[in-house]
Amino acid sequence: MKIIVCIKQVPNTTEIKIDPVTNTLKRDGVPSIINPDDKTAIEAALTLKEKTGATVTVITMGPAQAEKALREALAMGADEAFLLTDRAFAGSDTLATSTIIAAAIKKLGADVVFCGRQAIDGDTAQVGPQIAEHLGIPQITYAAAIDYCNECGALIVKREFEDRYQTLKVAGPCLITILSTLAKPRYMNVWDIVAQDEKEIRIITFADLDLNKEDIGLGGSPTKVKSTATKQFDKTIETLELDPESAAKAIVDALKERHLI
Amino acid sequence: MAKNIWVFCEQRDGEIQNVALELLGVAHELAEKTNEKVNAVLLGHNVKDKAQMLIAHGADGVYVVDDENLEKFVTEPYAQAITHIAKKYEPNVILFGATSIGRDLAPRLSARLKTGLTADCTKLEMDEEGNLFMTRPAFGGNLFATIICPDSRPQMSTVRPGVMKKLEADASRAGEVVVEALEWDTSKFAVTVLEEVKAEKAEANIEDAKILVSCGRGVKNLESAQELASKLHGTVSASRTLVDAGLVDHARQVGQTGKTVRPEAYLAFGISGAIQHLAGMEESEFIVAVNTDKNAPIFKVANLGIVADAEAVFKNLNKLL
Repeated sequence: MKIIVCIKQVPNTTEIKIDPVTNTLKRDGVPSIINPDDKTAIEAALTLKEKTGATVTVITMGPAQAEKALREALAMGADEAFLLTDRAFAGSDTLATSTIIAAAIKKLGADVVFCGRQAIDGDTAQVGPQIAEHLGIPQITYAAAIDYCNECGALIVKREFEDRYQTLKVAGPCLITILSTLAKPRYMNVWDIVAQDEKEIRIITFADLDLNKEDIGLGGSPTKVKSTATKQFDKTIETLELDPESAAKAIVDALKERHLI
Repeated sequence: MAKNIWVFCEQRDGEIQNVALELLGVAHELAEKTNEKVNAVLLGHNVKDKAQMLIAHGADGVYVVDDENLEKFVTEPYAQAITHIAKKYEPNVILFGATSIGRDLAPRLSARLKTGLTADCTKLEMDEEGNLFMTRPAFGGNLFATIICPDSRPQMSTVRPGVMKKLEADASRAGEVVVEALEWDTSKFAVTVLEEVKAEKAEANIEDAKILVSCGRGVKNLESAQELASKLHGTVSASRTLVDAGLVDHARQVGQTGKTVRPEAYLAFGISGAIQHLAGMEESEFIVAVNTDKNAPIFKVANLGIVADAEAVFKNLNKLL
């Protein structure tokens, strides 16, 4: 079995702050990390590798510095890594991105594709299902557990919903998007850190893929960002400094006034 | 030409989900701008009788696909059903709830219909030409982006539950119910449901509470919060800090990675108000904030802000009520 794991390098958004003067994002010095759900997807693939002898290929799309994320995946135990990078890919929305990644997966060949459920910078959760549709394979999203059934040669997946879960069986090629709660990602191990140094990160560009220019990049993206804005608050109120007793009274009065008590 | 605004009306075990009614509400508003119709899309098995309820909440018409292949949610049959009717009637817009079902189905469909999709919108607007302006939070709620899909139809969006307002049900509203059937491509049904298990404990539904007593880092003793909540016939909710610390269940978390709430009163105790938290509660009708730090950002959205110790105010409130 060959597993391809799609990962994304993201800024650690929990460390992003707003500049109070300019009201813009302060991204300087914000470290890049492997998107948390994706890191668990790597872990899930490595676990399956240990169980079944599968191979694990990690791919990412991004600028040259995304290599760092691939190096980390190799050091966790992935077998090989590919960086999809090309000026023509820049500005892609989720649909165009999924078109590119699906073309790369087609070229590399995979039995199973793992993605994280969603990336913390965009939170869309769209690229995984869109890749699956381009590849014409079934998808299972929100996976909380994955097991391989030897007798039936199928994957058994626990799929989470807000109020329930399903146990699903899928035979044949499929794409699974993985929740970070599925497993705790392993640390990079010393041997693999040394070994990954020897490994080459292979580059895939537009020229390597069966793609039309009009389906990718900014021009191939059906959605466009019209405008962005930082958060504005229009409520201005007086903040009162009160002792606890008067504070309690002020709250009760306000709730009474609104007929809430 | 692509026309009309469709709402995918999610049902679970035959029960229409709240978000579907909220989407009918916003679709109704958008449709007035362009004189389009609002169409509900209802998929499931033995669900046809729910169509009237969707009309009462603002649908001008309902497309129903009622089939045993749609009994439980599985992506492929649901995608085939919507693709079938979308190709037949060519909607201008399709809206989905940003639930674990909507966020699975909508991207699959966007790739199948070769059109754009915007995730997790918190605001939708329409111009006279029928172009949809979809606003969503990005970078953990630090930034808002307005997205358009100028050249492809349908324009698709998932919308956060709890953000849009549903219309009052009006049983006198009339609408047409159209039942559709299709030839299934069962060769694509590769996923089998072995079992479906509903969560045992009824999770606290903070989205439906009238009054929320919400606690953050400044609250150590949740018992007094619980006492206050029961006195006010409200519910306890929390900021991410307390959830991450394991003191409060995730189902009670308000904010970007939790739930969006708009209760009649949101009482924030010891919550500093990180932007991710504010994104989940700022639409509340009336906001009270109690915090020892007078510069806490929560005060920017509060209608009544009090600089005081949360625990001490709890004590006095519980004494007073």
